[in-house]
Amino acid sequence: MKVSVDQTRCCGAGQCVLTVPEVFDQREEDGIVVLLDPEPAEEFHSTVREAAAVCPTSAITVHED
Amino acid sequence: MTTDEQVLNYPFPGETALEPPAEWERLREQCPVAHVRLPSGDQATLLTRYDDVKRVLADPRFTRQLTAPDAARLSAEGGGVFSGEMSQIIPDMGEGHLHWRRLVARWFTAKRMIALRPAMTEIADRLVDDMVAAGPPGDLRAALGFPLPVYVICDMLGVPAEDRDRFSHWSDALLNLTRYTKAETEASQVEFFQYMSEHVTAKRAEPGEDLLSELIAVGPPEDGGLSDLQIVVTGMGLLVAGHETTANMIGKMVAMLLGDRSRWERLLADPSLVRTTVEEALRLDANAGFGLPRYLHEEIEVSGTALPRGTTVICSMASANRDEGVFDAADEMDLGRSPNQHLAFGSGIHSCLGQALARTELQVVLEVLLRRLPTLELAVPQEELRRVEGLAVGGLSELPVRW
Ligand code: HEM
Ligand code: SF4
Repeated sequence: MKVSVDQTRCCGAGQCVLTVPEVFDQREEDGIVVLLDPEPAEEFHSTVREAAAVCPTSAITVHED
Repeated sequence: MTTDEQVLNYPFPGETALEPPAEWERLREQCPVAHVRLPSGDQATLLTRYDDVKRVLADPRFTRQLTAPDAARLSAEGGGVFSGEMSQIIPDMGEGHLHWRRLVARWFTAKRMIALRPAMTEIADRLVDDMVAAGPPGDLRAALGFPLPVYVICDMLGVPAEDRDRFSHWSDALLNLTRYTKAETEASQVEFFQYMSEHVTAKRAEPGEDLLSELIAVGPPEDGGLSDLQIVVTGMGLLVAGHETTANMIGKMVAMLLGDRSRWERLLADPSLVRTTVEEALRLDANAGFGLPRYLHEEIEVSGTALPRGTTVICSMASANRDEGVFDAADEMDLGRSPNQHLAFGSGIHSCLGQALARTELQVVLEVLLRRLPTLELAVPQEELRRVEGLAVGGLSELPVRW
C-alpha cells in the first residue's frame, strides 16, 4: 500500500492522526497533515483506509498494490 | 418543481428525541431537493441525500452566512449565530478564512488533544464524583454533559472556571433561534463581547498559556496575526461553536447507549469500542438541530434539479447520515462500524475545527462513565426523554439516570 496526502486540501481537522497516529501527524504551526510513513505496514492498512475515507477534505489518497 | 408542490414546515414537527422524523426517508427517496418553510416564514430548499449534502457543504464557494438581502432568514426574531455583524469579523471564505483557520487550528491538533486527555479525564471524574455524592438519581446533562465542555473551553481560553455559568448562558442565548427575543440575544451578545474584550486586554497585559495569549503573541495583522477584535470574536465563536454542540451530544450519546442497554453492556465487555461508538452516535444523532444553511451565490445542479443563484439551502447532515445508499443497515446502531464517513462535523474546508476536541471529550466521557458507573441506566422510560426546544443545536432537556 502507498499513501499520499495533499497538504493544500487538508483542513487540519486531525481525524487521520486520531485514527492512525503511526502513519499521520500534524504540523505544530497550523495543524496541516504530515505523512510519517508513505508505505505503512500491513497491520495499519485497514485503519489507513478508514482515515482516507473519513478525511473531511479527501486529502488522503491510498494506492493499493 | 411545480407550483402546487407541497411546502413542508421545517424543522419537522413532532420529532421524538432519539428517533428520526419519517420525512427524511421519504424525502431521500422521492424528493431529495425539497421546498420548505422556515420558522421565519421564508422559504428554503432542503437537501437530505448524503452525496448532495456532502457536495454542497464541501463546495468552498458557499458559506453559512445568510447576509445577502435575498437570503432566507431562519427565524423571525433574528438569525442567531448565523447572521448579524459579529459573524462577519472573521473572514468566512477564501484566503482570509484559511489564514484564520490555520492560526487557530494549531490549538486543535490531535496531538494536543492527546495531551489534554488526562486533564479532561480528571475534570470528568470530578463531575462524576459530585453527581454520585448527590444522587441517585441524577441528571447527567446538568451534572456532566453541560459543565464538561465549558470547563474545557474556558481552560483553553484562559477564562476562570467561576465564570462558566455566565458562559453557558451566553452560548445558550446566542444559539437559541426561538426561545429568546432578538433584544435578549443582542443584550447577551453585548455582555459577552464586553467580557471577552476585557479578557483579551488582560491577556495582552499578562499573557498565559492559553489560546488567546498565543494568538496575541503572533502579532498584529501586518505580522500575520489577528486584530484584537478578531481575537475577541474568535474567543466568543469557540465557546458558541463548541459548548452547546458537545454538551448536547454527550447527553444524546449516553441516552442512545442506555436506551438499549445491550449496547452499554457490549461496551462494558469491550471498551476498545469506545472510539467507533462515539462516531456511530454522531452519525445516528436524529436530533442534530437545524442542519447547515448555505446561500448559493451561483447556480448549481443537485440530484438533477437546478438550484438558481440566490437560493438558501438547508443541508440535513442527520438525514444524510442515514442514507441507505452509503451506510449498510443505516438505521441500525453498529458500535464497531468502520469506516464511518458521517457528516456530523460537516465536510470540506469549513468542517468542524474542533472535531478532534469534541471527539476526545465524547470518548473521555464514555470511558469515565464505563469505569465509574457500570450499572448506569435511564431513570425514566426512553419515550419520556424531552428535547430542548428552539436550539439550532438539538439536545435533551434532561437525562435522568441512576446507577
Ligand atoms: C459534537 C460536537 C460538535 C459538532 C456536532 C460540531 C459540528 C460542526 C459543524 C457541522 C460545523 C460546520 C459548519 C459549516 O460547515 O458551516 C462546525 C464548524 C465549526 N466548529 Fe464544530 N462541532 C462540535 C464541536 C466543536 C468544538 C468543541 C469546537 C471548538 C471549541 C468547535 C468549533 C468549530 C468551529 C470554530 C467551526 C467553524 C469552522 C470554519 O468555519 O472553518 N466545534 N462544527
Ligand atoms: S483528516 Fe484530512 S483534513 Fe484532517 S488532518 Fe488528516 S488529512 Fe488533513
